[in-house]
Amino acid sequence: MGSLIKKFTRSQLAIPLFALFLLVIFNLIRDPSFFSIDIATNNDGNAVLSGNLISILNGASAIAILSIGMTLITSSCKGQDISVAAMAAIAGSVFVSVLRSNEITIPVLLLAFLFGCVVAVLFSLFNGILVAVFKIQPMIATLILFSAGRSIAYWINGGATPTISSPLITAIGGFIPGIPIPTPIIIMVVFLILISLLLRFTNLGLYTQVVGINEGTAHLNGISPVWIKLIAFIISGVCVATAGCITVCRIGLINHETLLLDAEMDVILSVAIGGNALSGGKFNLYGSVIGAYIIQALTVTLYAMKVPSAAVKAYKAIVIIVIVVFSSPVAKDFVVRMYKKLFKKQAEKEVQAKAA
Amino acid sequence: MKTRRILALILAAVLALSLAACGSAQTGKKSDGVIKVGIVNNPPSESGYRAANVADFEKVFSEANGYKVSTFYSLKNDEQLNAAQQFITDGVDYLLISAAATDGWTNVLENAKKAGIKVFLFDRMMNVDQSLFEAAVISNMEAQGKMAVQWLLDQKLPEYNVVHIQGAMGSDAQIGRTKPLDEQFANGTMKKVVQQTATWDEATAKQIVESVINSGEKFNVIYAENDGMAKGAVAALDEAGITHGKNGDVVVIGFDFNKWALREVLAGNWNLDVQCSPFQAQKIHEMIQTLEKGGTLSEKIVINEERYFDCNNITQADIDKYGIGD
Repeated sequence: MGSLIKKFTRSQLAIPLFALFLLVIFNLIRDPSFFSIDIATNNDGNAVLSGNLISILNGASAIAILSIGMTLITSSCKGQDISVAAMAAIAGSVFVSVLRSNEITIPVLLLAFLFGCVVAVLFSLFNGILVAVFKIQPMIATLILFSAGRSIAYWINGGATPTISSPLITAIGGFIPGIPIPTPIIIMVVFLILISLLLRFTNLGLYTQVVGINEGTAHLNGISPVWIKLIAFIISGVCVATAGCITVCRIGLINHETLLLDAEMDVILSVAIGGNALSGGKFNLYGSVIGAYIIQALTVTLYAMKVPSAAVKAYKAIVIIVIVVFSSPVAKDFVVRMYKKLFKKQAEKEVQAKAA
Repeated sequence: MKTRRILALILAAVLALSLAACGSAQTGKKSDGVIKVGIVNNPPSESGYRAANVADFEKVFSEANGYKVSTFYSLKNDEQLNAAQQFITDGVDYLLISAAATDGWTNVLENAKKAGIKVFLFDRMMNVDQSLFEAAVISNMEAQGKMAVQWLLDQKLPEYNVVHIQGAMGSDAQIGRTKPLDEQFANGTMKKVVQQTATWDEATAKQIVESVINSGEKFNVIYAENDGMAKGAVAALDEAGITHGKNGDVVVIGFDFNKWALREVLAGNWNLDVQCSPFQAQKIHEMIQTLEKGGTLSEKIVINEERYFDCNNITQADIDKYGIGD
């Protein structure tokens, strides 16, 4: 038991899980029914789950998927891609324009997603080549698409906010008839499983970390840092397309200006909250995903507390500062030292009591 | 040495030619009846509204209507100022401006006045003396909000429990469309269930409405400050099985007159959509024609006429005529 606790406190996931736990406790005290889940019948006549917990899991799925790609890029390239949200707008626009030029059927839907994926991967590879081959700092390299991405999406959309409507779109962004869980949650889980299997069985996870920790060593051991970095960008491209398409399907509309607005910051934050060093190296995918859920839980909590519009960002910032400070090595060291001090005193007391 | 002399010759020739061009343009201006217009606007990529606005000006200020048009698009005020100054130097007859920011224009407009160029403002007002421009054709966001609130009061609902989804805080549209509703909240005629910004984001609007539904609080009106956010809100209603629109439990209100939004009103999924008209070109065209005929303009500030459609009075013809986008 003791060793289990020790293992947990040493784990990278300790702080994010603890933060999530605190948020849950806070909400339960504030409103005991906060996490109650109901079954409602939606306007299409399906029985579906509803409640804040579902809202959090559902609303975070796009950020969570993006954070998977961001974790890999962070680990191997020692930097972040700040253009993911803008690229998601491009992928979403491609997705919508393919759907709008055809009648929406399942094959067309898959084709549209494939097109979105290809475009997103190409753009992501553009970033990747700048970073891996030309060795430009990731933030500078991706600044290009960060500023140009939404203009490109505008150009694809022809300046309007095109809409798509079909039961198939609702099935992806909302609920598949007969399944009470929101589809984005299912997509997120499947996606996470697929990526972790990929990382495990191809050693890609290990190679990525090696490149992030020491490129020279990786190179000497026959791992090509350039390729590993490019692969991270390719996977991130697929994440971007998936997140973009889910978000489009939620509303049935693409707005290049607001699709996943400011999401790149939330994504980088979830990687950081997840206990991953933004300077690269070791990583934990699940940490990043938990980070995304923490951010969404925070947002939903603030909505439920009816925090005034203008103050939402400030409240969010305060909580995030606390989490980030507590997960910093300095704070961790401090906690460990305090714990040891207390524990030692107690041990000494016990020894004294025995002696007496 | 020789190359330098040739270069100097070429430069001199270019200078002479351009001067000649200027001269001929100024003298030939009235003889062929072409009116030279410089348009400074925000880029069409700014929004669907702006795309429609730019298209409207392209349509009205055409060669067929007797205009020779130069345009410049930028979101940055300093670039717009430079372009306006360039148009003045080029010697246009009229300068039409939708400014990126309200300040810093006095100097340029004074130069225009000295050069005898008449200035019209459209879409947005500027912080300048009214003597510096002929007229301004603008939208009044607050009037749009008032229109929506008045329509809502006219429905005589037994009670008004409003979910208010705001645009990006501090934007013109947000301030204008929030104020009339805030007055109702203050009067107590309507009850504020939630007032939250979704920064024009559809998905955020959906989350806000989800959170209200989860809290179990009763509401019967959704007042979203643009069409996209109304669509997001309706997606949340649909998932929770709450009826909306004509004969529904919840009244849905949007703004901006996107064609797809008007179709939602026509289908009875939404109750009301209020126009934010991007069509100012025709009005300015009429005023320029008056001036050209030697007439005078009666008003300085022209509020662009805007309207609304609700699910009982809208027709397909209205959508084709007034809707923006597709």
